[in-house]
Amino acid sequence: MKTDELIDVLATNLERVKGGELRNTVMIALAIGAAAAFCFLLAMFGVPAAAPGAEFSLIKILAMAFTLGLVAAGASLLTRSARPGEPGRKPLGLIVLLFLAIFVAALLTLVLTHPADWGAIVLGPQWAACLVCIPLFAVAPFASLVWALRRGAPTNLVRTGATAGLVAGALGAAVFAFHQSPGSIPFMAFWYGGPILVCSVVGAILGPRLLRW
Amino acid sequence: MLAGLDGDAAAHKALLTRLSAHLRAYFKTRLERIGTVPADAEDLVQETLIALHTRRHTYDRSQPLTPWVYAIARYRLVDYLRRSRGSAMDVPIEEAEKVLADEDPSSIESSLDLAQLMARLSPKARQAIQFVKLDGLSISEAAARSGMSQSAVKVSVHRGLRALSRFATERRR
Repeated sequence: MKTDELIDVLATNLERVKGGELRNTVMIALAIGAAAAFCFLLAMFGVPAAAPGAEFSLIKILAMAFTLGLVAAGASLLTRSARPGEPGRKPLGLIVLLFLAIFVAALLTLVLTHPADWGAIVLGPQWAACLVCIPLFAVAPFASLVWALRRGAPTNLVRTGATAGLVAGALGAAVFAFHQSPGSIPFMAFWYGGPILVCSVVGAILGPRLLRW
Repeated sequence: MLAGLDGDAAAHKALLTRLSAHLRAYFKTRLERIGTVPADAEDLVQETLIALHTRRHTYDRSQPLTPWVYAIARYRLVDYLRRSRGSAMDVPIEEAEKVLADEDPSSIESSLDLAQLMARLSPKARQAIQFVKLDGLSISEAAARSGMSQSAVKVSVHRGLRALSRFATERRR
């Protein structure tokens, strides 16, 4: 086929392109992923006995802020990495900052408590549940984000996959935090932050396979 | 580019024609530098044009155009090199001279065969592309002739082009 012929075919009956299409696709994927993760939660733990939001502890608000902050910063980074040649990685700084803040807070809490209590604080109740549930809840958001990104044009597939994994993990953690607040800040840093990072690494490995175009 | 995004076909055509010249020069020098035969440059130009077209919604209107175009071109080049590793070395060198001697770019044929690629589409998408993109029927005419709704025709064309883009890059194994 000659290139001129191809250009003719492409330009015939040209469709208009609306602005913001890419961002909308990512937002829709996030909404679908969050809804699916929530269904997982309900299926596993049933409808909560108390009305949701009845128990509003400081730690729960902190966990929500941490995880949803990661989702927001990661989503903004994702939209960028789905655009070829896009400069600027400001959201990456925000993600690093969130992790730093939570780990510094965790260290401070540990320093201020007696070393004998460290085991109880860090291992806390249900650390195994975090380790299993957060990645499990992240599967659906990750799938929907991959669907959205395949509609974009990511050129760095490892980085895009890692970001998608991070967002999915953070969303999974947010849904889990809705069910069960972390016992303490160090607990949150280890058993929320850890699984989120694991999701990100898995995303980086899967990215080049799933996101090729 | 902006006029093309807003649906100006003439502007879009002019842009793609100009970009194809840049892309041709880019791919030829790159392929020569790596030591492979630049015979596939025209394939890459066309694959990139299809990618630029089907993914033009990823262009941010507030950003300069060149980095966007070259990021896509570079991605296509890297993907091509990964796919063709090994087989690219088999091409005899005489063929390379023939391609280099070919001066008129509009007469260069790529190995992309539109009819062959179209044959792999779903019947609905194939019909929509045939009517709208090849025969140049308007959306409403195509809708009337195929018995689909107008938005279904648009979706079929959109999906069909994306599938063609995928087939074009997958055909090298």
